[in-house]
Amino acid sequence: MEKFTTHTGVGVPLRRSNVDTDQIIPAVYLKRITRTGFEDALFAAWRGDPSFVLNQDAYKTGSVLVAGPDFGTGSSREHAVWALKDYGFKVVLASRFADIFRGNSGKQGLVAGIVAQEDVELLWKVLETKPGTEVTVDLEHRTAQADDVTVPFQIDDYTRWRLMEGLDDIGLTLSHEEDIAAFEAQREPWRPRTLPAKHLPTVPVEPARPVRA
Amino acid sequence: MAGTLAEKVWDAHLVRRGANGEPDLLYIDLHLVHEVTSPQAFEGLRLAGRPVRRPDLTIATEDHNTPTLDIDLPIADLTSRTQIETLRANAREFGVRLHSLGDADQGIVHQVGPQLGLTMPGLTVVCGDSHTSTHGAFGALAFGIGTSEVEHVLATQTLPLAPFKTMAITVNGQLPPGATSKDIILAIIAKIGTGGGQGYVLEYRGEAIRSLSMEARMTICNMSIEAGARAGMIAPDETTFEYLKGRPHAPEGADWDAAVEYWRTLRTDDDATFDAEVVLEAADLEPFVTWGTNPGQGLPLSANVPVPAQIADENERVAAERALEYMGLEPGTPLRDIAVDTVFIGSCTNGRIEDLRSVAKVLQGRTKADGVRVLVVPSSARVRLQAEAEGLDVIFKEFGAEWRNAGCSMCLGMNPDQLAPGERAASTSNRNFEGRQGKGGRTHLVSPLVAAATAVRGTLSSVADLDLPDGVDLTTFDGSPLAPLAEPSLV
Repeated sequence: MEKFTTHTGVGVPLRRSNVDTDQIIPAVYLKRITRTGFEDALFAAWRGDPSFVLNQDAYKTGSVLVAGPDFGTGSSREHAVWALKDYGFKVVLASRFADIFRGNSGKQGLVAGIVAQEDVELLWKVLETKPGTEVTVDLEHRTAQADDVTVPFQIDDYTRWRLMEGLDDIGLTLSHEEDIAAFEAQREPWRPRTLPAKHLPTVPVEPARPVRA
Repeated sequence: MAGTLAEKVWDAHLVRRGANGEPDLLYIDLHLVHEVTSPQAFEGLRLAGRPVRRPDLTIATEDHNTPTLDIDLPIADLTSRTQIETLRANAREFGVRLHSLGDADQGIVHQVGPQLGLTMPGLTVVCGDSHTSTHGAFGALAFGIGTSEVEHVLATQTLPLAPFKTMAITVNGQLPPGATSKDIILAIIAKIGTGGGQGYVLEYRGEAIRSLSMEARMTICNMSIEAGARAGMIAPDETTFEYLKGRPHAPEGADWDAAVEYWRTLRTDDDATFDAEVVLEAADLEPFVTWGTNPGQGLPLSANVPVPAQIADENERVAAERALEYMGLEPGTPLRDIAVDTVFIGSCTNGRIEDLRSVAKVLQGRTKADGVRVLVVPSSARVRLQAEAEGLDVIFKEFGAEWRNAGCSMCLGMNPDQLAPGERAASTSNRNFEGRQGKGGRTHLVSPLVAAATAVRGTLSSVADLDLPDGVDLTTFDGSPLAPLAEPSLV
């Protein structure tokens, strides 16, 4: 993962609340088996609307998304984070994030910063009155600055540290191999194992009849 | 020290407590895998040269992409077929047990765990799917994870997790006739909002919850994520043990006794405190339906479509205006006047055998409303076989419904089961997001009973709108075969 300290890029005001992950990336795009190449899928339904913010020239190259409350609700699809990153976003700012989305962002190096709603309104005002304004996001000091507006954002200490160091979670966890093995050694025998597989008696499954025309 | 149910399960899985703001490292007892959120995780393992640490704690199934018709033919959609074939190849390569299309244990991942007896009280259960919260109904700490975390669990069987807060949701009293556990959870989400549970593990308690069957409890925990909570839990009790006993992977003999003894300790201590509490009276509930484009935008069926101009909060007003525009609804319209094109009965929320039995009870001897398409999709192949053994499929087909193979189907429209643009559905699933069930599709979330009554009348309806004889109990199920022909005729 790339280290993140500060980022400056065009701010995009997304004046919508409850932007769920089905809006960020509709399910039809989840059939791909790659981890990249999702830029076309970002906000796919909304991008058909010429008035949508990312269809306006001033915002097209945006990399800092400023959204309404409850961003990223719904499905756990990490594809939502991949699509934002593939499009070019480095930061999303909102007053509230869905827990899973916020976690996924941290794993993928997308900064999800929590900004008070009144500060979101301030940023929206700047970005809407002067389209194309750049926002500087400083992860070390946890601030976002657009024009003459500087607002603080929250991100938990651990995620911030990992993002700034660009660390890989699995590598960190595997450094605790001894602890994991010790835990495994004392697990109770009643806890389930999927193997060897146990089944009810096997039954042949007949396909459903095709629909009548 | 006194603890809540969630804290007890958490503490029992601590591999390592985080210091200096580090997250705790938790052991994962059961990892459920499906085709959509796993290919990039397996690829990550392959690139790093890492094995799956515990294939014996991992199980995979095919559900999101699978067609519900012609399952004996190659999958027509090439990208869907590729994704399924990728899962099959990964399962082979990494030694993971897989239930493929055509297998009696194939089905929606959140049905497969419980029906095999793999989901148990006191476990940590994860899956790359937000509705993993379903398994909390057993008193497990179960939550959805992203693909990076899927890879992490495959590699290490652990997850680093930041602490959560706890919220008690107490539902007092008993549900009135015609209301179900789906109506409880829709009412909870309408009350606390789609963000109300963020950062919390919910614990559902109270008389109304205790008297629910296991399957009805799963419906409630399933939609915890729709209130923003990663997990929802219900303390295990005799209902839980009864459901589990004798299932293929349930403990046996001395292991069973030891397990039950431990499971009985899995309840919130009387002197433990929650970070937040919400109380509902079940007697006040009635069938609930959503009118908007998020699950918090719901109202009792007897209400009217809201009038945005009367909403004080600007963000909510704008959201309501947008939602009504998308849904094609006029403010003030009685919800009961809304006509639907499609009724979808299925999903990990409401596609289990009890759901199908209650629907069959309502549909028996009737025919569907003109022009309405009715899809019945069991949550697993096993549920489908059970329904057929009970003759439910015959009732559905005589009613005019389509009886399909198992999978996620129209809940999210990754397979061919989709709404057309502008098409309106009453759906027993969990999300009414824009375009969720098909581009331009309009979704009203409902209980199985409301779905059934709506299929009969063609407009959003409850069973109270049908001329049912007195004394027919549609909300409780004893788990025994329905024996439909022995029932008093409903017409």
